[in-house]
Amino acid sequence: MVVAILVWLAAWALFTGRVFRSGVLFIAFGLTMAIAWVRLGAPDIALAEAAIGAGVIGVSILHAAVQMADRERREQRARPDGPPVEARTTVPPRWSRLRGRTLASLVAAGALGGILVGAVWRLPEAPAGLGPLVDARLSESGASHPVTAVLLNFRAYDTWLEIGVLLLTALAALAVRRETDLRTAIRSAGGDPLVASFTGQAVPVVILTGVLLLSVGTFGPGGAFQAGAMLGALGVLLYLAGHRAVTAIPGTTLRLWLMLGIVAFLIAAVAPLPAGDPLLRIPSGRATATILAIEVAVTASIALTLALLFVTAIPPRDPPMPPGRSDRA
Amino acid sequence: MRDASALVLLVAGAAFVGAGTVGLFRFPDVLSRLHALAKADNLGFGLIVAGLVVRADSPATAVKLVLIWLLVLLASTTSAYLIAHRALHRDGGA
Amino acid sequence: MDVALQIVALFLLVNLSVGLVRVLLGPTSEDRMVATLLFGTTGVALILVLADLQDSAPVRDVALVFVVLAALATIAFGTRGPSRG
Repeated sequence: MVVAILVWLAAWALFTGRVFRSGVLFIAFGLTMAIAWVRLGAPDIALAEAAIGAGVIGVSILHAAVQMADRERREQRARPDGPPVEARTTVPPRWSRLRGRTLASLVAAGALGGILVGAVWRLPEAPAGLGPLVDARLSESGASHPVTAVLLNFRAYDTWLEIGVLLLTALAALAVRRETDLRTAIRSAGGDPLVASFTGQAVPVVILTGVLLLSVGTFGPGGAFQAGAMLGALGVLLYLAGHRAVTAIPGTTLRLWLMLGIVAFLIAAVAPLPAGDPLLRIPSGRATATILAIEVAVTASIALTLALLFVTAIPPRDPPMPPGRSDRA
Repeated sequence: MRDASALVLLVAGAAFVGAGTVGLFRFPDVLSRLHALAKADNLGFGLIVAGLVVRADSPATAVKLVLIWLLVLLASTTSAYLIAHRALHRDGGA
Repeated sequence: MDVALQIVALFLLVNLSVGLVRVLLGPTSEDRMVATLLFGTTGVALILVLADLQDSAPVRDVALVFVVLAALATIAFGTRGPSRG
């Protein structure tokens, strides 16, 4: 049943004409996915999906849509006899043009799905996979949770590169804004008392949850990505409530902070070299400590990256250009 | 005995959630729909959590459940308020 | 007892999906935001029941994340930028 809901939500989110609706549906989709993951017995993924997919990204879309709608409404009110300014939040699907492409993509998706189903069907009854291998070496890995062990030890290289990708995203987000000073992104929530009190009470809880997820990660579902997502959400919350926590970070500190994760990995990678060991070989004696240290750094970087992505998503409010002047970027 | 009381609580909770959903469709306007949903769902949630607490296998689990309940209380209050505030003011303009 | 829990879970899921229909119908955007309220209470309830069924503590952590995010989404929706009152 959950699958049916998922497919329905996805289709709807894609085909609806209004951005705002898509945002809400995206969040609903993300959360429903998380439910599906829980049912499948994969709480790690559920945590990550809920926190990152629905949480930071979904809220980003929603926020952008709300801002756009607001801007439209304000412009509309400023020029009451002008043409209706609906252009930006509505993307009317042109059904005639859409039909050909839609049909083609549906066929392709169906074919892909069919191939996948066929492949799964033909799998041996109880595929051993890499599970037993992981379990065999688990004790040396420094973590008693197999997922963490794989992410941060056996396949640490992959994780390192993923952090690199995240860093690139953050840099891209910063570059897209024409001003590098984040301080123009400050906003006030209008002093809404309830939001303030909620934030006040929620912040410690979220911090605790983040720390919980991080520390539990060694023994069970959790870890750097989920904790980072939670703390990133915290950054977003603070920003939305009008707090300067994220936007007031000076540029240099910002960049250093973003780099923490990748640098931590770098250190861990290079450290074994002098002793003649290969790159990124984590000694089993100090494995737990190493993993934990890396995780803390990674969490910090992820949190800032996600919060940053949200904050920079809305372009700074450009003063209206007088007609005839070209845009001097 | 424990299971029986848990069952009663769970079913009662579910019933309230169901009532809330019905309210979502039967009420004529946004604010009353919000009212129905927020109150009924919250009550239903509280009862369900109570049922789960009765079934909890350890005090730690029970405490965690209560904490989640408190957090939901906090979050849903703020949410409901914000949505209602928005609903009210968009009609007033400016 | 397990069966009862599963029935409750299924019922909650049905409620959730029916609620999503309200998101479809609208008519105002506030109606659609009701989705976050739904997920924040009924969704969390569903996760907690599943946690009990699976006897899994990490799933309760998922519930925690749900709550925070539902609230966050609503706040993103409900607060305004600087040039509004």
